[in-house]
Amino acid sequence: MKIVVPVKRVLDYNVKPRVKADGSGVDLANVKMSMNPFDEIAVEEAVRLKEQGTASEVVVVSVGPAKASETLRSALAMGADRAIHVVSEDEVEPLAVAKILKGVVVDETPDLVILGKQAIDDDSNQVGQMLAALLGRPQGTFASKVEMDGASVLVTREVDGGLETVRLALPAIVTTDLRLNEPRYASLPNIMKAKSKPLAAKAPADYGVDITPRLKVLQVKEPAQRSAGIKIADVDALIGKLKELGVA
Amino acid sequence: MTVLVWAEHNGVALKDATLNAVTAAAQLGAVHVLVAGFGVDSVAAQAAQIAGVEKVLVADDAAYAHGLAENIAPLVVAVMADHDAFVATATTTGKNIAPRVAALLDVAQLSEILSVEGPKTFTRPIYAGNAIATVESSDAKLVITARGTAFAKAEATGGSAVIETVSGAGESGLSSFIGAELAKSERPELTSAKIIVSGGRALKDADTFAATILPLADKLGAAVGASRAAVDAGYVSNDYQVGQTGKIVAPEVYVAVGISGAIQHLAGMKDSKTIIAINKDEDAPIFQVADFGLVADLYTAVPELTGKL
Amino acid sequence: MTIVRDEMAYDVVIVGGGPAGLSTAIRLKQLNADLSVCVLEKGSEIGAHILSGAVVDPRAMDELLPDWRDSDCPLAQTPVTDNWHWVLTRKGHYAMPHALMPPFMSNEGCYTTSLGNLCRWLGGKAEELGVEIFPGFPASEVLFDDSGALIGVQTGDMGVDREGQPKGDFQPGMRLLARYTVLAEGARGHLTKRVKAQFDLERDCQPQVYGLGIKELWDIDPEKHVPGRVLHTQGWPLSESESWGGGFLYHQAGGQVALGFVTALDYKNPHVSPYEEFQRWKQHPSIRAILEGGKRVSYGARVINEGGWQSVPQLAFPGGVLAGCSAGFVNVPRIKGSHTAMKSGILAAEAISAALAAGRGGDTLADYDAAVRDSWIASELKLVQNAQPLVAKFGGALGTVLAGADMWARVLKVNPFGPMQHHTDAEATGRADLYKPIAYPKADGVISFDRLTNVSYSFTNHEEEQPCHLRLKDASVPVSVNLPIYAGPEARYCPAGVYEFLGEGAEKRLQINAQNCLHCKTCDIKDTTGNIDWATPEGGGGPNYPNM
Ligand SMILES: Cc1cc2nc3c(=O)[nH]c(=O)nc-3n(C[C@H](O)[C@H](O)[C@H](O)COP(=O)(O)OP(=O)(O)OC[C@H]3O[C@@H](n4cnc5c(N)ncnc54)[C@H](O)[C@@H]3O)c2cc1C
Ligand SMILES: Cc1cc2nc3c(=O)[nH]c(=O)nc-3n(C[C@H](O)[C@H](O)[C@H](O)COP(=O)(O)OP(=O)(O)OC[C@H]3O[C@@H](n4cnc5c(N)ncnc54)[C@H](O)[C@@H]3O)c2cc1C
Ligand code: SF4
Repeated sequence: MKIVVPVKRVLDYNVKPRVKADGSGVDLANVKMSMNPFDEIAVEEAVRLKEQGTASEVVVVSVGPAKASETLRSALAMGADRAIHVVSEDEVEPLAVAKILKGVVVDETPDLVILGKQAIDDDSNQVGQMLAALLGRPQGTFASKVEMDGASVLVTREVDGGLETVRLALPAIVTTDLRLNEPRYASLPNIMKAKSKPLAAKAPADYGVDITPRLKVLQVKEPAQRSAGIKIADVDALIGKLKELGVA
Repeated sequence: MTVLVWAEHNGVALKDATLNAVTAAAQLGAVHVLVAGFGVDSVAAQAAQIAGVEKVLVADDAAYAHGLAENIAPLVVAVMADHDAFVATATTTGKNIAPRVAALLDVAQLSEILSVEGPKTFTRPIYAGNAIATVESSDAKLVITARGTAFAKAEATGGSAVIETVSGAGESGLSSFIGAELAKSERPELTSAKIIVSGGRALKDADTFAATILPLADKLGAAVGASRAAVDAGYVSNDYQVGQTGKIVAPEVYVAVGISGAIQHLAGMKDSKTIIAINKDEDAPIFQVADFGLVADLYTAVPELTGKL
Repeated sequence: MTIVRDEMAYDVVIVGGGPAGLSTAIRLKQLNADLSVCVLEKGSEIGAHILSGAVVDPRAMDELLPDWRDSDCPLAQTPVTDNWHWVLTRKGHYAMPHALMPPFMSNEGCYTTSLGNLCRWLGGKAEELGVEIFPGFPASEVLFDDSGALIGVQTGDMGVDREGQPKGDFQPGMRLLARYTVLAEGARGHLTKRVKAQFDLERDCQPQVYGLGIKELWDIDPEKHVPGRVLHTQGWPLSESESWGGGFLYHQAGGQVALGFVTALDYKNPHVSPYEEFQRWKQHPSIRAILEGGKRVSYGARVINEGGWQSVPQLAFPGGVLAGCSAGFVNVPRIKGSHTAMKSGILAAEAISAALAAGRGGDTLADYDAAVRDSWIASELKLVQNAQPLVAKFGGALGTVLAGADMWARVLKVNPFGPMQHHTDAEATGRADLYKPIAYPKADGVISFDRLTNVSYSFTNHEEEQPCHLRLKDASVPVSVNLPIYAGPEARYCPAGVYEFLGEGAEKRLQINAQNCLHCKTCDIKDTTGNIDWATPEGGGGPNYPNM
């Protein structure tokens, strides 16, 4: 069984984004970038399936700038077997990413594609679902548990208010939620080994995908600061407020 | 513009989240609501009463009973032939279905919009809300998820929409629903709770924390959170930590008890709808973000509050 | 439990991806492309832990990569155009006439840049040459052979819980063996400290002393931004506590200014808070005027060597060398150490490459020590070697005048004072009851900020589940010694609020918020009894400085 795992290079989650003074976006110059945390979980899940003997090959894919090859190397160091880098210095929107990934899936014919549920930069939460739609395959989004079961996969999903389990016919698309697993550290020996694992460079055009954006970002600004409210006199006044809010 | 709103329901009753989506949709054009499910007459009847809804479309089929995106998305796409926009609230259901619809329609999706700025222009949060982008779509049709808390709830009654039935392809054969396990713990889960009571270092030790914070949380039906200082001091385990390196929460009401309001704590709760702070230091930074601040010793204020609720 | 560790052998292992380490790596590969060279860096990426001014003297860059000006190097962006030196009084300032400043203080021909970005660029160059760089991997242990020679280093274990027990995701550190190991850890290196002790490298020199530099990066009003303008200040506010140090403010690329404040850690009054001194310095009318209308975008702190030439230790020992600020080549009056760090790296590489070519390894590279003492590093530092001790001895105002006179004298080749002596910074700390507590103003949230808010702009973090990397040799000392005698100075000198005294009376205890740590190394230096040992935390932990 083969698994494809798409990964994205994003601003490291420890770094607070700085909105550029001219409102054109977030400043990414010289700031630490890392693999999207949900994608790390996806890589981990795939590598575990391989270690359990369920999967035979894990292929990681990234659509992104030249530097995204570092992210792919990190995934290889975690245990993926080979990488495909679809190079684009321009921002690629989720729909176009899904179309490119569709091309990869058609070439690679995996049984499972595991993606992060969302990237922590644009917070779109779309690519997995879009890829499933374009392929006409089932989707198990926000997974907290993935169990292979013959020609299908059982996915436990984190839904509002609880958990839900669905059975998906293979090949299927799964997107990860935080509780699925705790990704491993890439060890130094594995980082050294990852340097010689195969990494193929491609372009969006190789998959016949037009990446012209459909959305235009007119402005990016900081969120409005919360302002101080009022001081209330005593507990009775507080109870009054809680009643107004409908919680007491 | 005619807008199709996704009705959130549990099979018997409409969920409030639908009302937020209706408000967002009404800012774009005429509102139609799609109720997809199995045996959902009562839900459709409820939807027809929402103020401002023109038409309710009902798709009643066993294939739609569990909201499986594989079955629902083709239905929505079919209905979208007569609509210009699709709006779902950004719940786990909405987020599951909408992108599948968008891809089938070959349009980009606008996720978790916060406001409608024009017929094709919206604001939406990026970088976990640390930046707000204004984006304009160039697609012929719009597919949108709306952040619930950003739009007021439409009036649940007062409307009288016509109800029509629609049908789609039904069962796709790609997926099946096995079961659900809804959280039934006594206390709501931190990240999805409507109310949270959090305690800080001022709570002294694990016993004091439990004796002070838990009764108040019980009275309010609230989840319990804590600051890092409280976690480090061992009052509660680190699953309770709210903040930059803990959980990010955005409840309707967040009550911070004996928490100073360091920026790293605020990073985890500043998107709460209403913040209430109880702290004895009137200069504590928490008061700079609190909607309601009570300057008091928590050891008198909290028991009094719990007692009077 | 016995841990099986992977092992890998290199010709040269370099600890630290700063200017010194990267220059060593680049020069090694330039001299012999076949050498296997690796660089270990504890930061999550190259540059993540670099905090400097910086006004850089390009002398070493010209020697290392002569065409750097034409290669998209961030250093080339902003030449120094305008150089000011202010003496601050409480309310105003007067500019020091240029004529009174020794010529080498002029910053002519220098550039102002983010040293972190320069390192990112150097890191790229090193990788192009085939250097293996491993960010996120601290060298946590030194490895010796039976003869006592250094044979390499071991990287830190990952996935260890608070009690030191391996967790499910445990990854043992790796042994990296080398024919020569270069310690380029910057000021107060963690392994350097051990090696200095092991080989008694400071036997013939004065103890090293340090200053704590605390820095912010601001986007300022474009109207006030003059790219290439460089300003240094002395006097207020440290003049009030009889401490010494000063401020800097550099107009850099992208409409930003880098500003910071260095407080010499030999301050006596234990009530001094270097952080608060910096915050009130920004409130000085002359500084505030520059910042008003701007926005702080980053924060950080790091110690800088201030011992000068007389504190330079033996540089070579069996199996390894010290380069850059691990040894300590900062020109104190110029507050510059990056050019000398690079130069020492170049010299280390030359000595190592020659030795390797001669089939040597594991021996003491006396040639390197001699080369440094024969280079422009030595002549530059000797010129200014009394500045710090004179100021330390005679205080800010008089000391500065004397230091100026001394430096002038040396330009003119006379040596009025001879080399002077140092005390360690820890020894300098005085008893709390002999000094007045200092009432610092509250932060206004516009120009000055509280410490924890600022820490969030360093983007620091550490995995919570790991042993505390700030190790107390004796856990009782903070409460039994530091608190009663010195009023608990660690609560004030740490620029990240790591140390907090909690509880009342008999319950008093020291809380260590190791997660906040900025890796500045102050506590390792200034703790009154040397009770705090800074060790490397789990890899990738610590600040994530952008453009610092
Ligand atoms: C990298 C990093 C990550 C961090 N991550 C987090 C995080 O995820 N979450 C988090 O919370 N913090 C985090 N912090 C720590 C944060 O900076 C603060 O130290 C912490 O939030 C303080 O917790 P506290 O408010 O409970 O304690 P304190 O700051 O000590 O505040 C206690 C408050 O209680 C009040 N008080 C005391 N007694 C009483 C009384 N009797 N009645 C009423 N009020 C009283 C005091 O006035 C004070 O305001 C992080 C810090 C760093 C550097
Ligand atoms: C506030 C301030 C302002 C300054 N201004 C100027 C200026 O204007 N001009 C100037 O020329 N100089 C300036 N300096 C001095 C200059 O920054 C230093 O001299 C220079 O950075 C020294 O380079 P280095 O390579 O020796 O060490 P560093 O730059 O400190 O680099 C050491 C590197 O090694 C890493 N490291 C340390 N220990 C380990 C370990 N055990 N394992 C793995 N990695 C490790 C560190 O993370 C770091 O990346 C300033 C310094 C400060 C603090
Ligand atoms: S704990 Fe020590 S090294 Fe870390 S920031 Fe504080 S003083 Fe600096």
